[in-house]
Amino acid sequence: MLEKKAEHILWLENIRKVFGGVVAVDDLTIGVEKGSVTSVIGPNGAGKTTVFNLITGFLSPSSGRIVYSGRALNRLRPHRIASLGIARTFQNVRLFPQMTVLENVMVGRHLRSAAGIFFSSALPPAWRREEARIRQEAMDWLEFVGLTGHARAIAGNLPLGSQRMLEIARALAIEPHLILLDEPAAGLNSRETIAMGELIEKIRQQRMTVVLVEHDMELVMDISDRVLVINFGRLIGDGTPEAVQDDPDVIAAYLGE
Amino acid sequence: MQGKDTAGLIVLILGLAAVPWVIGNDYYLGVLIFAAFNCLTCIGLCLLMGYAGQISLGHGAFVAIGAYTSGILTTTLGWSPWAAMGAAVLLVTGVAAIVGIPTLRLKGHYLAMATLGFASIIHILAVATVDLTGGPSGLLDIPRLSIFGYPLDSDRRYFYFSWAVVVVGLYVAFNLINSRVGRGLRALHGSEDAAASLGVNITAYKIQVFIMSAVYASVSGSMYAYYVNYIDPGPFGVMHSVLLVTMVAVGGMYRIWGAFTGAVLLSLLPEMLSFATDYLQVIGIAYKPDYDILVYGTILLIIMLFLPEGVFDGLGRAVRAGKQMIRR
Ligand SMILES: Nc1ncnc2c1ncn2[C@@H]1O[C@H](COP(=O)(O)OP(=O)(O)OP(=O)(O)O)[C@@H](O)[C@H]1O
Ligand SMILES: [Mg+2]
Repeated sequence: MLEKKAEHILWLENIRKVFGGVVAVDDLTIGVEKGSVTSVIGPNGAGKTTVFNLITGFLSPSSGRIVYSGRALNRLRPHRIASLGIARTFQNVRLFPQMTVLENVMVGRHLRSAAGIFFSSALPPAWRREEARIRQEAMDWLEFVGLTGHARAIAGNLPLGSQRMLEIARALAIEPHLILLDEPAAGLNSRETIAMGELIEKIRQQRMTVVLVEHDMELVMDISDRVLVINFGRLIGDGTPEAVQDDPDVIAAYLGE
Repeated sequence: MQGKDTAGLIVLILGLAAVPWVIGNDYYLGVLIFAAFNCLTCIGLCLLMGYAGQISLGHGAFVAIGAYTSGILTTTLGWSPWAAMGAAVLLVTGVAAIVGIPTLRLKGHYLAMATLGFASIIHILAVATVDLTGGPSGLLDIPRLSIFGYPLDSDRRYFYFSWAVVVVGLYVAFNLINSRVGRGLRALHGSEDAAASLGVNITAYKIQVFIMSAVYASVSGSMYAYYVNYIDPGPFGVMHSVLLVTMVAVGGMYRIWGAFTGAVLLSLLPEMLSFATDYLQVIGIAYKPDYDILVYGTILLIIMLFLPEGVFDGLGRAVRAGKQMIRR
C-alpha cells in the first residue's frame, strides 16, 4: 500500500468517481513527487482525463480525498484551485479562438494581476501600468514556448501543433507549481512531438511538477521519472519507465489481455 | 482602448457636435435623443450578450426602474433629479444582483428566462401600484435636468447632454473590454472551462457585467424620464426588452460599435417606415404603425438565421467574397 510522503506535492487517496452506473475511477491512490515528471498512461477510457478533472475541480469525487501541498482540494471550484498553483491543459485544446495568441496568454496572467471591474472601466489600458506588465510577461511566456512570431495571430487560426504550445504557454503564465498536461502530443507529427518533449523538459527545469497523460510511449518513456498505469479506473502499475515496460500486468492491459 | 476605437470616438464626437446645426427640426432632434437612450442601454446589453455570452430579455425593466425611480423620487418626494438618478442606479444594482446571482450561478441560459419573467413582473407592478406609479395614467410633471444651474430645457441642449452620456458609455465599455476584466469576459465566452482553469471567476464576472449592463439601462431610463417629463407603463412592456436585444443583434453583438449602430438604425426605423407608408399608400398598401412589431420580428429572425454576427459582419463578408469573385 502506498503512503503519503512529505515529498508528495499531490496526493489522491481512495478516489472514486461514478457516472451513473459507470465507475470511471475506482479506489485510486496515487502520489506525485514534487519536481518530478510523472506520466499517467492507460488504454482509452481508463479514466485519465477524469482524474485530471477531479484534481482541477471540474468534477468532484464520489468519495476519497485529494491533498495538494498539505491542503484538501475537495469541493473547491476550478478557479480557486488554479489560484493555489495548479494549471492544466485540455485533451481537445481549449483556446480562446477569437482572441489573439498574445491575449490568450495574457488571460493566463489573470491571477497575477489585480484590476477590478471599476478601475478597468474608468481608465484606458494605456494609463494602467499593470497592463504593460501583463503584456510583457505574456510575451516572455510566448518566447518560452517559441511562439513570439505569432503573437498577433488569431489563436483559432494556428495549426494544431502551435495551438497545443499556446495552450501550454497560457497555463504556464499562471506560474503554477503543478501543471497537468492531457495528451499534449496527440495529433502532432514526429518533429512536433520531439519539440513537445523538449518543452516539457524545459518546464521541469523551471522547478514545476509535471503530470503528463500521453499515449505516445516513446515520449513517455523518454521524459518520465515515474509512470503510473491505470486501467478501468484502477492503478495497475507504478514505477520507473523501465520497470513499467516489463510489468506483465501492464503488457496484458495494453494488449487487451 | 485601442487606436481605432479612439479614432471612432473622436469622429463620433465631431459628427454629433455638428448634428443640431444640420438638423434644425426639433422633431428629428427628438428622434435622435430617443436613439441616444436606446444606444446607451444597448452598449450595456452588448457587454452582457457579446462579451459575457448571456442574454437578458428583461433590460426594458431596468430602464423602467430607472425611469420610475427618477419620476417618483422627484415628483412625490421632491428629490433633485441627479440624486434620484443615483438612487435609481443603487436600486437597480440591488435588483440586478437579486435576479442575476441565483441564475448566473447555473450553467446555461437561465438568465434569459429569469429576466423575461422579471420584465413582466415589473410591467405589471408599474400598472398595478397606482399609488406609487400612477398606474396606467402615469406620472406627470417630472422635472427637467439641469447641470450646475444650467437647465437642459431645449432639445438641442438635451441632445448634447444625452449623446455626451452615450460617448461616456462607449468610453467605459471600450476601457472595460480591453482590460484584465474584459479579457476575462472574452475568455469565458470562448471557453468557460479554459477561463476557469486560469483562475477567472466566471460566475462573479457574469454577475458583475449583468449588474453593469443594468446600470446602463437605469441611467438611460432616468434620462428618458427627465426628457419626456411624463412616464406611463406603455413603453416598458416585454416587447421593449426584445426590441433592445434585436438592436444589439442587428448591429452585431460581438462589437460595441455594432450594438451602437444597431441601436441607432432601429431607433430611426419607425421614422423610415412612416416615410415608406406614404409610398406604400400610393401603390395601394395601407401600412399601419401596428405592423412595426412585425417588421422588427422579421428583422430579428432574418439576422439570427442568416447573419448571426450582425449586418456589418455580413456586409464585410459579402464584400470580401465579391472581391474574390472579381479576382478570379
Ligand atoms: N462527464 C462524464 N459523464 C459520464 N461519463 C463520463 C464522463 N467523463 C468520462 N466518462 C466516462 O468515464 C470513463 C473514463 O473516461 P476518461 O475520459 O477519463 O478516459 P481517458 O482515460 O481519458 O480516455 P482517453 O485516453 O480516450 O482520453 C469512460 O468510460 C467515459 O465514458
Ligand atoms: Mg482522456
